[in-house]
Amino acid sequence: MSEDQAMVDIRGVHKSFGALEVLRGVDLRLRPGEVTAILGPSGSGKSTLLRTINHLEKVDRGWISIDGELIGYRSVRGRLYELKEKAVLRQRTHIGFVFQDFNLFPHLTVLENLVEAPVSALRRPRAEAQATARRLLERVGLADKAGAYPRQLSGGQQQRVAIARALALEPKVLLFDEPTSALDPELVGEVLDVIKDLARTGTTMIVVTHEIGFAREVADTVVFMDGGVVVEQGPPSAVLDDPSHPRTRAFLAKVL
Amino acid sequence: MGLTTDPAPPGPLLAPPGTQPPPPTEDPAELRVVPVRHYGRWAAAAAVAVLVAQFVHGLVTNPVWEWHVFADYVLSETIVQAVLVTLQLTAYATVLGFLLGTVLAFMRLSRNPVLQTVAWSYVWVFRSIPMIVQLVFWFNLGALYRELGVGIPFGPVFWSVDSNSLIGTIGAALIGLSLHQAAYAAEIVRGGVLSVDHGQLEAAAALGIPRLRQIRRIVLPQAMRAILPTAGNEIIGLLKGTSVVYVMAIGELFYQVQVVYGRTGRVIPMLMVATAWYVLLTTVLSVAQFYVERRYARGADRTPPPTPLQRLRRLAAAQPVPPPVPRPLKEQP
Repeated sequence: MSEDQAMVDIRGVHKSFGALEVLRGVDLRLRPGEVTAILGPSGSGKSTLLRTINHLEKVDRGWISIDGELIGYRSVRGRLYELKEKAVLRQRTHIGFVFQDFNLFPHLTVLENLVEAPVSALRRPRAEAQATARRLLERVGLADKAGAYPRQLSGGQQQRVAIARALALEPKVLLFDEPTSALDPELVGEVLDVIKDLARTGTTMIVVTHEIGFAREVADTVVFMDGGVVVEQGPPSAVLDDPSHPRTRAFLAKVL
Repeated sequence: MGLTTDPAPPGPLLAPPGTQPPPPTEDPAELRVVPVRHYGRWAAAAAVAVLVAQFVHGLVTNPVWEWHVFADYVLSETIVQAVLVTLQLTAYATVLGFLLGTVLAFMRLSRNPVLQTVAWSYVWVFRSIPMIVQLVFWFNLGALYRELGVGIPFGPVFWSVDSNSLIGTIGAALIGLSLHQAAYAAEIVRGGVLSVDHGQLEAAAALGIPRLRQIRRIVLPQAMRAILPTAGNEIIGLLKGTSVVYVMAIGELFYQVQVVYGRTGRVIPMLMVATAWYVLLTTVLSVAQFYVERRYARGADRTPPPTPLQRLRRLAAAQPVPPPVPRPLKEQP
């Protein structure tokens, strides 16, 4: 893979929380339109890695760039200078993030949830943002819920709204942090369907997940993480069906 | 609400020993359930009712209450004027106190250690000084700083004014009440902000929503749920707290009442005049609080509970209040 092809470029990322080193040198390169699934046992650093990509967590060493733009820092003569909050917020509008527990704004209606960021962060006209929002709600199958409040929806519906909210900024990359882990089993399918649909339309996505079947079906690349490093990566057929590393084999034996 | 409640139907295993199951031939739907009688509750209710009746009887018949004096003064011009002063003091001190309190709360929550320390110290100082002591301090500000001026810090002064004429009595009272209120408001607002789920701020940050907008649009409206009940307490406390400024001879309700009974000697009925007004104003504030809380509860419940007015209307229409809508098990795509 050549350098200029990478949509997401992660180089030597280290991150510690106090004495605990959660990421110990992670390197990943993702092509535009590629769907990457990150698997791994809990505590392997996969969620932390996802959160460093949109600078919700700062990195201690290494760097991350999206579409050629360094995230959270400015590089001047071999040094990284931290960006001001305002600049980081602007960068985040290019990176959609879907949380495990949705984090919809409960005091705003579904439509207001979708309109808020485009209007306040991108300064879109409200009418235009509303039209986009309604289109997105239709796409996730919730056109009739525009006026509802999040708590009036089921978990699966809330997560679909959260996905639509992330899409409303037309991000270059979509990050999913265990998007179905907080859902009742019978609601998982509808959320995965929406993500599969996005994968078909060529959205660059990184999905931290425990759904092995989903990873096999949708991901172009499966990344297995353990102990803060990438243990193994490759197409699903290689990583999931014929893992080369014993740790990957042990993990898959437990979850499959 | 009745004095008896229906006990939970006992399961088969909980049936007292010796209880016979009903004859199998009888239609179960025809069986009448007799609730347990609570004789103790009836006796307690009767005893309390007698005490209440005695108290009301005393209020009406004891001549010392002098209800005719009460009636003469309760709507008199002096008293109504004084009520307006009380309301003004309350309104201004509430607005100023909560504005300053909100600023202090965010200073305390900021990552700037200087701002944090200043905010903490402010709260510490102004919670430590009794309100009445502080009020007398402001009243005597002229003794402390004869002139107040604008200029370069520690340098020349361009404009100055005599402090007593700038502030005046009402001004001194307002400053005292507001500064005192701000210390408590700061903690209330801080508590409200801390009660908002951290994920909300994270989601707002992940969406790139500008910082001030995050606070105004995402954090504060949700913090209001926690702020309002305590803030209601504070405002009602302040309404009655304004009576302390009588020490500065400001013509608010309690001061005027004292002036009148100082002249006429009718202490008890005049105190009742003040009491009646304070109760009335508190009632109005409590009702307002209910509706403001309801406004900020939007989205917190699946179906908002009906207001008392809606309940009344439904009763009038002989329409029973519908039970809360149960959470749908299956969703409708």
